[in-house]
Amino acid sequence: MHFNTIWFLLIAVLYIGFFFLEGFDFGVGMLLPFLGKNDTERRTIINTIGPHWDGNEVWLLTAGGATFAAFPHWYATMFSGFYAAFFLLLLALILRGVAFEFRSKDENPKWRSLWDWAIFFGSLLPSLLLGVAFANLVQGVPINADMTYTGTFWTLLNPFGLLGGLLTIAAFILHGAVFLSLKTSGELTERARTTARKVWFQVVVLGFLVLISSNFTTNIQARLGVYKGLIPIFAIVAILLAGFFIRRKMEGWAFAMTGLFPRVMVSSLNPKWSLTIYNASSSPYTLKVMTIVGLIFIPIVLIYQGWSYWIFRKRITNDPKTLTY
Amino acid sequence: MTLDLSRWQFAITTIYHFFFVPLTLGLGWFIAIMETMYVRYGDETYKRMAKFWGKLFLINFAMGVVTGIVQEFQFGMNWSEYSRYVGDIFGAPLAIEALLAFFLESTFLGIWIFGWDQLSKGLHAAAIWLVVIGSNLSALFILLANGWMQHPVGYVIKEAAGRAELVDFTALVFNPRGWYLFWHTISSGFTTAAFFVLGISAYHLIRKQNLQVFQPSFRLAAIIGIIASIMVGLAGHAQGIYLREVQPMAAAASEAHWDTADPAPFSVIALFDSTGKREIWSLKIPKVLSLLYYFKLEGEVQGINQLQAEYAARYGPGDYIPLVALDYWMFRIMVGVGLLMIAIAAYSLYLPLRNWPEKWTRWLKWMIWVVALPYIANTSGWILTETGRQPWIVHGLLKTIDGVSPLKPGLVWMSLIGFTLIYALLMVANIYLLIKFMKAGPAATDSESIAPTNAGGKD
Repeated sequence: MHFNTIWFLLIAVLYIGFFFLEGFDFGVGMLLPFLGKNDTERRTIINTIGPHWDGNEVWLLTAGGATFAAFPHWYATMFSGFYAAFFLLLLALILRGVAFEFRSKDENPKWRSLWDWAIFFGSLLPSLLLGVAFANLVQGVPINADMTYTGTFWTLLNPFGLLGGLLTIAAFILHGAVFLSLKTSGELTERARTTARKVWFQVVVLGFLVLISSNFTTNIQARLGVYKGLIPIFAIVAILLAGFFIRRKMEGWAFAMTGLFPRVMVSSLNPKWSLTIYNASSSPYTLKVMTIVGLIFIPIVLIYQGWSYWIFRKRITNDPKTLTY
Repeated sequence: MTLDLSRWQFAITTIYHFFFVPLTLGLGWFIAIMETMYVRYGDETYKRMAKFWGKLFLINFAMGVVTGIVQEFQFGMNWSEYSRYVGDIFGAPLAIEALLAFFLESTFLGIWIFGWDQLSKGLHAAAIWLVVIGSNLSALFILLANGWMQHPVGYVIKEAAGRAELVDFTALVFNPRGWYLFWHTISSGFTTAAFFVLGISAYHLIRKQNLQVFQPSFRLAAIIGIIASIMVGLAGHAQGIYLREVQPMAAAASEAHWDTADPAPFSVIALFDSTGKREIWSLKIPKVLSLLYYFKLEGEVQGINQLQAEYAARYGPGDYIPLVALDYWMFRIMVGVGLLMIAIAAYSLYLPLRNWPEKWTRWLKWMIWVVALPYIANTSGWILTETGRQPWIVHGLLKTIDGVSPLKPGLVWMSLIGFTLIYALLMVANIYLLIKFMKAGPAATDSESIAPTNAGGKD
């Protein structure tokens, strides 16, 4: 396989890993102020993701770093082009990151409430922004012949982008609620289950809308060889299967990424100006070096992160004495 | 405008990030050593030590992590043309840093924080060692990346692609410039942690609180402090000698050495005009600069004026002189504070040999304030390194002005103000928590977890 293709796959793996892992802890963060009725419950909720959220976030950092190493033009165009969005994303991640550490360090209810909301907005905003950004990657954004993004922040907030953002939020909340129902005990578990059932329907509707509108705003279905006349049937089947797929939003991202291939950023101005795994990539030598590094270390990371989930596999009780954060 | 704003943003976010990094690099070793002693000897005191310093470590670590995310993204955000031009080379160490180091430190830190009861003693200690290895590996790779900007190696310029491309990965990994930076930075991380521990231990020793925790902490910090602060100086000097070879302009600027001379005089003190690039007055000692670079009273040292002429001939007309006044004074502040720290560390090592802490209260009161010293030295050192390279973003290869993103100034104003404000607010919260937990001291018994909710309850 071509190194460019390998790196497209590896970066897809990193982003999917991020959306899969950090997805549920973003969801838990968004549910925190609503599911946690008192301080102990909120602490319990935070402790379910306590050992994991930082490791999960590294998937995003690594995806960013790997994009830089393997596709410098993609990194340069996307990060400078979506400047305001990334700025907001960074502010949110900064507040969220310290919030987990700082919240438990003072008993003042105002202090705790402040960091609770930092966790909420710090989870909501990245979910929205990343959803918007990815929807726009697939849909296409104004990129000129010099690989420079010529739109503004508002260009990204088009209907399809926003739909992508909302779907991401809903999917993360659903995943977060399912995770909480597995990791908590007592009433909290019940509340998380109820939430999961409610959000489930919204995810299905939003997913359906994204699927339908992607038919009009993007060409990923055509590229995947889906016959247009089959779309309604496909959508109905998708809804029927949603119960099965819903916990596997990985497939959704895999689907979007496959539809993008071999492009990494679609230009809405001229298809020829799209960034692809060929014109945006590093040299074959760098890709080769990075392939060796990646193929050695990504499995190692998966092993020890998997082990960390295994260590903390037990449900968390609402007992303040056993809570760390 | 966008260039200046982006430079200010990079300076502010990077200096701020580096307030937290050295302490993480060094203090991790302290905690790992303490916990290893606990595993080895089973003495609960070591566990209390590890937990107390661990609490402060975690607050600091969180700040380092969140400000580090900005670092990973802002090359693309603010320096897109730089990223396009050197991404083939510079991206690799960054990606490797994330893959090797970030995953390791963040995953095992999570395990360490939450795993006191889930893991065996030995495994738990192993977790903190892996955090230490992760954070130190992270330093290595980011400094190899920085070392490449200072002294690019292992690349060719591809005119067709309009960029530099990597041809020799091993040259990048074994770039001496990066390794000098690494040893200098790691030893300054140890020094930062040592002074942090010395200062906070002194606070409690004066009050005769928790002596069984703070006496051994103070001793360990004094031992590590003296070794590390001398190492900083040695690594720094070795780096300076190498700097003269590969970045002679930066070296000359740090010494305000204007004209090529053999033997070269050493400028002890100098005053500059408002441009910062012209000297008004200086006090010079003959031959000493040659002595510092060559260990003998002769040897040519290139001067700023001749280097400017040489660069203009090689790279085309332009101003190749960094802000001499800034570099000159940053260098002197760094070295001055560094020497002062060696003296303080030596005295702190000598202290416990005499009847202490009773007789040394006055000295210990001063020791609380020395915590600030490594921060001054670290910051001035990085300002020297990064501004001494100007006008280049990659020495001899790409100018800073050619690396900036084509952004509207308004956007960069927004992020510059936004980051500065949020960083200022977080600094307040950070210092509030550090002081609170510093004063609270270690938990009385072991029942308390690493991040207790009531440790500061006494305040």
